[in-house]
Amino acid sequence: MKLLAAMSGGVDSAVAAARAVDAGHDVTGVHLALSPSPASHRMGARGCCTLEDARDARRAADVLGVPFYVWDLHERFTEDVVEDFVAEYAAGRTPNPCLRCNEKIKFAAVLDKAVALGFDAIVTGHHARLDRGVLRRSVDPAKDQSYVLAVLRADQLDRAMFPLGESTKDDVRREARDRGLAVADKPDSHDVCFIPDGDTRGFLAGRLGARAGDVVDHDGAVVGRHEGTFGYTVGQRRGLRLDRPAADGAPRYVLSISPVANTVTVGPVARLDVREVRAGTPVWTGRTPPRLPFEGTAQLRAHGAVSPATARLTDGRLVVELHEAQRGIAPGQAVVLYDGDRVVGSATVESALLASEALTTGRSVGTAARS
Amino acid sequence: MLPAAVEAMTEQLLRVGNASSLHAAGRESRRVVEEAREAIAGALGARPSEIVFTAGGTESDNLAIKGMFWAGRDADQRRRRVLASAIEHHAVLDSLEWLRKHEDAEVTYLPVDGLGRVHPEALRSAVEEAPEDVALVSVMWANNEVGTVQPIRELAAVAHEHRIPFHTDAVQAVGMLPVDVRASRVDALTLTGHKLGGPVGAGALVLGRDTACTPVLHGGGQERDVRSGTLDTPAIAALAVAVSHAVQTTAERAHRLSGLRDRLIRGVLEQVPDAILNGDPGTDEIDGGPGRLPGNAHLSFPGCEGDALLMLLDAQGVECSTGSACSAGVAQPSHVLIAMGGSADRARGSLRFSLGNTSTEADVDRLIGVIRPVVERSRRAGQAGLRR
Repeated sequence: MKLLAAMSGGVDSAVAAARAVDAGHDVTGVHLALSPSPASHRMGARGCCTLEDARDARRAADVLGVPFYVWDLHERFTEDVVEDFVAEYAAGRTPNPCLRCNEKIKFAAVLDKAVALGFDAIVTGHHARLDRGVLRRSVDPAKDQSYVLAVLRADQLDRAMFPLGESTKDDVRREARDRGLAVADKPDSHDVCFIPDGDTRGFLAGRLGARAGDVVDHDGAVVGRHEGTFGYTVGQRRGLRLDRPAADGAPRYVLSISPVANTVTVGPVARLDVREVRAGTPVWTGRTPPRLPFEGTAQLRAHGAVSPATARLTDGRLVVELHEAQRGIAPGQAVVLYDGDRVVGSATVESALLASEALTTGRSVGTAARS
Repeated sequence: MLPAAVEAMTEQLLRVGNASSLHAAGRESRRVVEEAREAIAGALGARPSEIVFTAGGTESDNLAIKGMFWAGRDADQRRRRVLASAIEHHAVLDSLEWLRKHEDAEVTYLPVDGLGRVHPEALRSAVEEAPEDVALVSVMWANNEVGTVQPIRELAAVAHEHRIPFHTDAVQAVGMLPVDVRASRVDALTLTGHKLGGPVGAGALVLGRDTACTPVLHGGGQERDVRSGTLDTPAIAALAVAVSHAVQTTAERAHRLSGLRDRLIRGVLEQVPDAILNGDPGTDEIDGGPGRLPGNAHLSFPGCEGDALLMLLDAQGVECSTGSACSAGVAQPSHVLIAMGGSADRARGSLRFSLGNTSTEADVDRLIGVIRPVVERSRRAGQAGLRR
């Protein structure tokens, strides 16, 4: 097949491309330039946006002997991923930009262009298994990236290839060394690639401006101040800087965020427990939707815990009942449904029903964020 | 590289002797360097003492722009303005931007017409805004992207009306166009080896005897105290062989390449009727030579992305260029086309085809044979990129 290998400059995508070459495919490497002004060398290799990464990708392509190009997608990336990220935080939600990038950039803009240019499919270094259209978790649970791929539809998965799903990260690094790829020992990328210093709160403050407000407890009493609701995520415990301790001295967590009232609500851990999430319109990874109600497991954040769950549709929206209460469910994150290790589908969390209130008031966190 | 230049270089590589040393081996090296200097001066209508050897075009441009600016300003503090065409190579443009940022220089970019040509009248009016504050004028002999040749003799004359020194980047011109330093009356001229069959990393700045230029590289002062660094005798020997040969054979090369170029342009326009040729059509005459570089064809393909075209042509064995790329490798819309009044979209959908000594009719015909499906496919890809 004629394959386009998306090469970030990291070890995973380099080995994925190498395996595609070994399998006899006609491979062309492409590095996606996502930042309008690629950061200088000194910024180091933290994400997928630096000059050093572009060079590393080119060098890996040289070693593999495949043609290599850089595609400039910074406009699409800024619009669809960065601006979305900022807008989501401004609305009190916690977005996952990697997931958005897969949905809008890698398996949409890039895939469309690749197909139009005559490629059959796109190869990436994601840690997930994809076999005859069935998406499954990686064999390496610590590196599994199926969560951020659960936004892909069957037609996108038909044109995707993830050669690393059967390998652990250690295997991949060892193989890279054996192949003479200089990126073998390059540190993993983490955090958000377009925030190279890792200071998400500072990035958002720069974009949204400081907007101070109250931190209140779940009874409405003011217990502190914040510089902007966007600096908080449901379930967060650190960095709250509260004025007075809770009556019982127990640690407090962010329970909900309301950008409209400009308040952050904190409370005891028990109030983070969620029994049910309401989410948006689901995306199914299979050619046909699963039979509903669906019985399986649900995962609510990247590398988060899974819970046995029952999912059903209400007015076209996904409602997931969690049989084991989950903590710190943030609106904006994806709820991903699994059948064993098979990815069934996903939807964006809109609100979560608290376990403590499920039987009484029915109040849920996150609803304010939608107003 | 020209085989004779390789031979000259190899011969010197096997020798020892620093051209600045006084012992016998040094004297022998010095003789090679000076013969090379004389050969290059002879080929270009300059005096041997006017040849300053450098490590190539970028260094020569940096030396001319910065050195002549500093020297002019030192002589008269009012001279803080540099006039240059908007379509210069980045070696000139970025030197100017550096002077603007770090040396408080003022840069006036001269406009070009739709063919990419600087008019002497445009230079005159820019100079006459305030002639006493101009440190130098720099206009390239021929543009590297769209191939348009500039009326250098006339432009230099306008600068000289106000006793302003004139530099030209002739990297593209030597060996392709008649270049004569004396006849053109330029004060400084950049040339480089690898564009004319010489080695990469060897070039020269032809610097008039009376043209003041402050050094950029400091050290032993080997080259007229304007440029320091141990002379690269093997590269200089090869450069001289290449320059001499390129200049001697300019007419026949220009004839052969312009024939190939016209075949390419005609063939591509037949296959893709809405493609647009950028730059001089090649029919005008400038200073007794052609108005367009013989080996240059620059075309815009509406609705296409240059990077997609390049990739598809590359896969078909046709190598071309989208202009310049940033350091990460992203193709940038050409500043030359933008200065000529082209839109950013047109600039993005443009390709430069360069023909040289090894290019053949078969190469051109291969391009003509694949260009139509490549353009069609690239258009579909451009549309796919727009879909949400």
